[in-house]
Amino acid sequence: MTRLADPRVVAATVTDPELPQLTLDDLGVLGDVFVDQAGTVVVDLLPTYTGCPAIDAMRDDVVAALRRAGYDDIDVRVQLSPAWSSDRISAAGRRKLAEAWIALPGPAPARVPGAAIPITLRPTARLTCPHCGSADTVEVSRFGATACKSLHCCRECTEPFEHFKAL
Amino acid sequence: MGEHSDNAYEALTEDNDPRWAFGTGFADPLAGVDTSVPAGVAGEDLAAYCLMLGDDALVMSHRLQQWCTNAPTLEDEVALANIALDLLGQARLLLTRAGAADDRGRTEDHFAYFRDASEFRNVTLVEIENGDFADCVVRLLAFATWRLALLDRLGSSVDPVLAAIAAKSVKELTYHRDYAAQWAIRLGDGTDDSRARMERAIGAVWPLVAELFALSDAERRLADAGVAVDPASLGDEFEAVIATVLGAASLAATSVPVASATAGRDGEHTPALDALLAELQVLARADPEATW
Repeated sequence: MTRLADPRVVAATVTDPELPQLTLDDLGVLGDVFVDQAGTVVVDLLPTYTGCPAIDAMRDDVVAALRRAGYDDIDVRVQLSPAWSSDRISAAGRRKLAEAWIALPGPAPARVPGAAIPITLRPTARLTCPHCGSADTVEVSRFGATACKSLHCCRECTEPFEHFKAL
Repeated sequence: MGEHSDNAYEALTEDNDPRWAFGTGFADPLAGVDTSVPAGVAGEDLAAYCLMLGDDALVMSHRLQQWCTNAPTLEDEVALANIALDLLGQARLLLTRAGAADDRGRTEDHFAYFRDASEFRNVTLVEIENGDFADCVVRLLAFATWRLALLDRLGSSVDPVLAAIAAKSVKELTYHRDYAAQWAIRLGDGTDDSRARMERAIGAVWPLVAELFALSDAERRLADAGVAVDPASLGDEFEAVIATVLGAASLAATSVPVASATAGRDGEHTPALDALLAELQVLARADPEATW
């Protein structure tokens, strides 16, 4: 009997449908992967946003990758708690985002226990342009082509660029 | 997609690509989550509460989706669609949680497509017609400020499923509230026309805010059990946030919200909801087996 590849290693090769440069593991979307007592491969996925339309595609891609690796009994579960955070993006994931000219997220907003969530009344994020390195950039919109990114523009080189939002 | 890659329509409708199997082909958004009801909590009440919060999100999402091709700029079109998508995601989780809580076998599709207006439990604020962009900003500011305060507290609910949905939603709602606040400031502190429109919109929307703080019977029982939050307890935070935004927008302060009687929570709605549901439900009711 041939020995099957480690299911965690297999699942970690699956790429994100909307950011194909990154794997689900790079993004921190891939949670625990283990084989339970009944022999089922259990995979936990942490959706980035509640309405993320890519989650069904991710589930299908994970199942397909494990099937190709020889596994038949696969259970992909949604993990809501603890919620996904951009802090879960790995060092490799951050490097790949930068290579795709996407500005990196800062640390996820920290909560002060007992205090209300502070409101941001004006655009504040002064990002460094991933194309030319200039700090003279403006936020065009907090909501970009996907839920996880905002849209910015550099006033120095006039190129638009995306920013992976801190969440 | 292969040979059809030069034809967008054929590529999207090709049968063998599971990633386009949307519509009623959706997978359970709570797959693998333990949805048992905590001891001492009435499943019927928990289901009713999740329906209230889920219906608020579903109906508000639909109103925001109606801005598609109508928003003032492309960036705002994308922003409003993103916010609508977040709220649709919250609605799917909450309606699915409702279906699991009372164990009557109802799914998110049943709740969204096969209930009439009188069975919806959303507040009136989310169902009224869209109006102009100032109306959109004022309604979203009130809704996101209230919902963020509420769901932030529900992160400590004794129902772990509701607590997890709430904690996840809070991160999204923080962006929604910021978006509405920043537009409120730009319009309130903008031209004579934008300012006049904001003042008119506040006058039109604010009479519906009192209902957000009303307490239904199911909420009262669940609040006592540590599952729900009495919305009256959100008043101070709501007032402080709104005062900050309106102050920065050079707009006159609004009155402190005093809880009115419940209306939408009891199934009493305006004719606007009937029209909205006719649009939302027509395809599913014409062909209940449809997938798209």
